[in-house]
Amino acid sequence: MHQYILKRLLLMIPTLLGVAVLVFLMLRVAPGDIVELKYAGTGAFAPKEVLDQERAQLGLDKPLWHQFLSWMWGIVRFDFGNSMWTGRPITYEIWIRLELSLELALMATLVAVLLSIPLGTLAALKQDTWVDYFVRIFSIAGLSIPSFWLGIIIILGFLIFVKWLPPLTFTSFWVDPKANLTQLIWPALAVGYRYSAVATRMTRSAVLEVLREDYIRTARAKGLWERVVLTRHALKNALLPVITVIGLEFAFLIGGLVVTEQVFNLNGIGMLFVESITRRDYTMTQALVLLVSFSFIFVNFIVDLLYAWLDPRIRYQ
Amino acid sequence: MAGEADTTIEVLPAVSHIPRWLAVSLRFARQRPLGAAGAAIIIIMALAASLADVIAPFDPLKTDYARMFQPPGANHWFGTDAFGRDVLSRIIYGSRTALLVGFSSSFFSATLGAILGVGSAYFGGRTDLITQRLMDVLLSFPLIVLALAVVAILGSGIMNVILAITIPMIPRCALVVRSTALSLRRTPFVDAARALGFGHARIIFRHMLPNVMAPYLIMLTAFQGQAILLEASLSFLGLGVAEPTAAWGLMLRGAAVEFAERAPWMAIFPGVAISLSVFAFNLLGDSLRDALDPKLRVS
Repeated sequence: MHQYILKRLLLMIPTLLGVAVLVFLMLRVAPGDIVELKYAGTGAFAPKEVLDQERAQLGLDKPLWHQFLSWMWGIVRFDFGNSMWTGRPITYEIWIRLELSLELALMATLVAVLLSIPLGTLAALKQDTWVDYFVRIFSIAGLSIPSFWLGIIIILGFLIFVKWLPPLTFTSFWVDPKANLTQLIWPALAVGYRYSAVATRMTRSAVLEVLREDYIRTARAKGLWERVVLTRHALKNALLPVITVIGLEFAFLIGGLVVTEQVFNLNGIGMLFVESITRRDYTMTQALVLLVSFSFIFVNFIVDLLYAWLDPRIRYQ
Repeated sequence: MAGEADTTIEVLPAVSHIPRWLAVSLRFARQRPLGAAGAAIIIIMALAASLADVIAPFDPLKTDYARMFQPPGANHWFGTDAFGRDVLSRIIYGSRTALLVGFSSSFFSATLGAILGVGSAYFGGRTDLITQRLMDVLLSFPLIVLALAVVAILGSGIMNVILAITIPMIPRCALVVRSTALSLRRTPFVDAARALGFGHARIIFRHMLPNVMAPYLIMLTAFQGQAILLEASLSFLGLGVAEPTAAWGLMLRGAAVEFAERAPWMAIFPGVAISLSVFAFNLLGDSLRDALDPKLRVS
């Protein structure tokens, strides 16, 4: 097991290196760079020498391999450099936004779990009835409704019906939990609903499959209460694939965050990402893509481990 | 093989006089009403897109500052936007953008993915390993992150959006097709083709690709919905289709959010259009998967 964990961790390195090379090259083939963009924004005419000087200051005049290697060398020392736009350290820029995005991600996952497991189980128990059809339509709708539009509709509903808006400035949970939750629950709902869709379908088919197992028949034959059969015997075994799906759908969560943060005007990682892409902030975009890919790969790794830990039948070589 | 084909041709007209494709579609509709409902919505959408010039009541690009923020009424069924443009006409023309982006990006990504997946499975060994590693790298970007990065390089505009959506979806199809193709590689008919001295390209395109049609078709439909959604998200962020082109995601951007309280129709109708069309493709894709893939069928 330890060997497996080590091997998986080591395998992450070439993948991440590939990601780094790809994003580094992609950003640099793009026509126009941050210096031009900055001066175009001010409207002032800038002579070529000034632009070149600015480029030299940002290290953009060096050959590509040099830029790449110094970036890599920085990462090894946990130094991601400074944002090309604001000039502040990237770790700082990410750090001040991380709490918000992390909390939102956790809340959305919670919403997804709380929606998908009861609904999926219900659909399986009432297979082929109107309940099953309703859950199916509800979950496919979740996959179809853009989370940013759901967010707009939630805000619109508040504006029209209660003349109230969730607070617009972020307060930390540790400072004022109530203000924090009343602000973040709405984007969490918008993202979590979409996030729950695939997990609901998965719960349904997993429960259906487990219910046909011999040990369920045995448990029922023993005269156990149906509730105990369900929670202790069926759900416990059906949850494995569901956990996998929730892990794999982590990408949905990130995608949802990127767009939904715009709607709710939340200054989180998603908004930082969109901003740095439009500003061609190379260093910031690179760092964020690497961070997102790393967390994506890492979550999948954790899910794999969880799988092996929860199901003793699975042991990796 | 030949005998089988003969009997189908002989028997079918005797059994019924309706064409075969119609019989198949009717059976599909009876067995999977949800899928049929999805197909119906898609057909309506395709009609709206192709007949946009005829059915749209107004020019979607014509601004009229005397008629800004008109609420829905007899003249403008879905109201007008911040530039006095007719929302209904923009939604009808927007279905062109959505279908164009959805169809071309899912077609290109599913096709390239299928070729890559089959090729990777067929050649095996080092080719397979390298392709898989490359796919791993591409798969470790969440869909929208990679799409945003591609748009950032190429700039906005409809062709770039199609490319930006195609690239991240290729590995997703390649992965699924490869697993199907792996089992094909050792089948007698592929061995036979190889023994007959056929070239790699001929074996891949003529013998293996037709046998991965089921996952290919499922991917093709499933991708449509995702592509439309992704295009809407990119346009909403201002990194997709550019003004003044009519696109649903773009209609939700800016004024639609700013003036949501004063003119809620601007925020409601385009979103309904996105949701409904993605919903239709998802319903159809779902039913198609149940119908075509016996392994996934839960009795």
